[in-house]
Amino acid sequence: MSVGRRVASDHQLARLLQIGIVLEEVVEARAYHHYQSLSEDERALDDEIEHLLEHAAEESADHRERLEALLSELDADSIPFEDVETLVKEQYAKTKPEDFDGVLYDQLCNEETAYKFYDDLITAIEESDAQFTLDRERLLATLRDVREDEAQGVEDVTTVMEQRG
Amino acid sequence: MNTADQYLKAIYLVQQMEDGPASTGALAEMLDVSPASANEMIGKLESRGFAEHEKYKGVSLTDDGIVRAREALQTYCIIERFLANVLAVEEFRAEARELEAVIDDTVAERLDTIIDRDGDCPDCFDPDTDACRHLEIESEKPAD
Repeated sequence: MSVGRRVASDHQLARLLQIGIVLEEVVEARAYHHYQSLSEDERALDDEIEHLLEHAAEESADHRERLEALLSELDADSIPFEDVETLVKEQYAKTKPEDFDGVLYDQLCNEETAYKFYDDLITAIEESDAQFTLDRERLLATLRDVREDEAQGVEDVTTVMEQRG
Repeated sequence: MNTADQYLKAIYLVQQMEDGPASTGALAEMLDVSPASANEMIGKLESRGFAEHEKYKGVSLTDDGIVRAREALQTYCIIERFLANVLAVEEFRAEARELEAVIDDTVAERLDTIIDRDGDCPDCFDPDTDACRHLEIESEKPAD
C-alpha cells in the first residue's frame, strides 16, 4: 500500500491514462443511452438536453483520442470503446437515471468526476520527479486542456439545472 | 482515496487479521510508512472521532470509523475489480495498492457503473490475500 500521491513510472502513467480513457468511454456511452432512453416527444420538446448529451458524447470522443495519442507513446494499448460500451449496456438497467432530472444529475456527476480525475492526475504528475518517455510539458498541457473542458462542462450542466430549478 | 481513508481501511483490515486492536507496527508495515508517521495519523483520527488508541494495545476503530473504513474498502474493491475484470491486469493487487492514492472515491463510483460487484461487498474482501474473494474464485476457474 502506498500513501504517496505521485505517478512514479511510465507503467503507472499508462495505467492512469487507460483509466481516463475508460472514464471518457463511460461518459460517451452513458450519454448515448440517456439520449436513447428519452421518448420521441421528450426529444422534440427538449433541445437543450439533446444538445447537452450530444456535446458530452462528442467531447468525450475527442478527449479519448487525445489520451490515446499519449498512451501510444508509452507503448501501451487502449481499451476498445466497444468493450466499455458493452459493459455500460450490461449495467445500464441497474444504474440508469429515472427521469430528466436524473439524466442531468448523472451528466453533472460525469463532468465533476472527470474534472476530479484529471486534477488529481495533474497534481500527481507535478509532484513526481520521475522521467517519462513522453514529453512532460506536452503531457501536462494536454491534461490541463482536458481538465478545462471538464470545468466548462460542470458549468454548462449547472446552468441548465439552475434554469430548470 | 485520501490518506486518512487509507489508514482507516488499514486499521480495519489489521483488526480483522489480529482479531483485536491494530498495533502501530503492523499498521506501519501494511502502509509501508514509519511508525512515527502512523502514530501521527492515529492521533489525527482519534481527534476526529474515528479511532481510539490504547497504550500498549493498539488502535481500534469507533463506529464512525468502521463506517468510513468500510466505504474505503469498497472503493478499493472497485479499483481491484476494475483492474482485474476491465483492464485484465494480472498483478491487480499490486497495481491497486499503487493507484489507490490517486483514484478519488467519486472516480471509483463512476468505474463502478461498469462493474458487476457482489452485494456482500466489502465483506467479500479477504485481508490475508489482499483481494476480493470472488476475484480469487474467478481466477481459479479453469479456462473453457
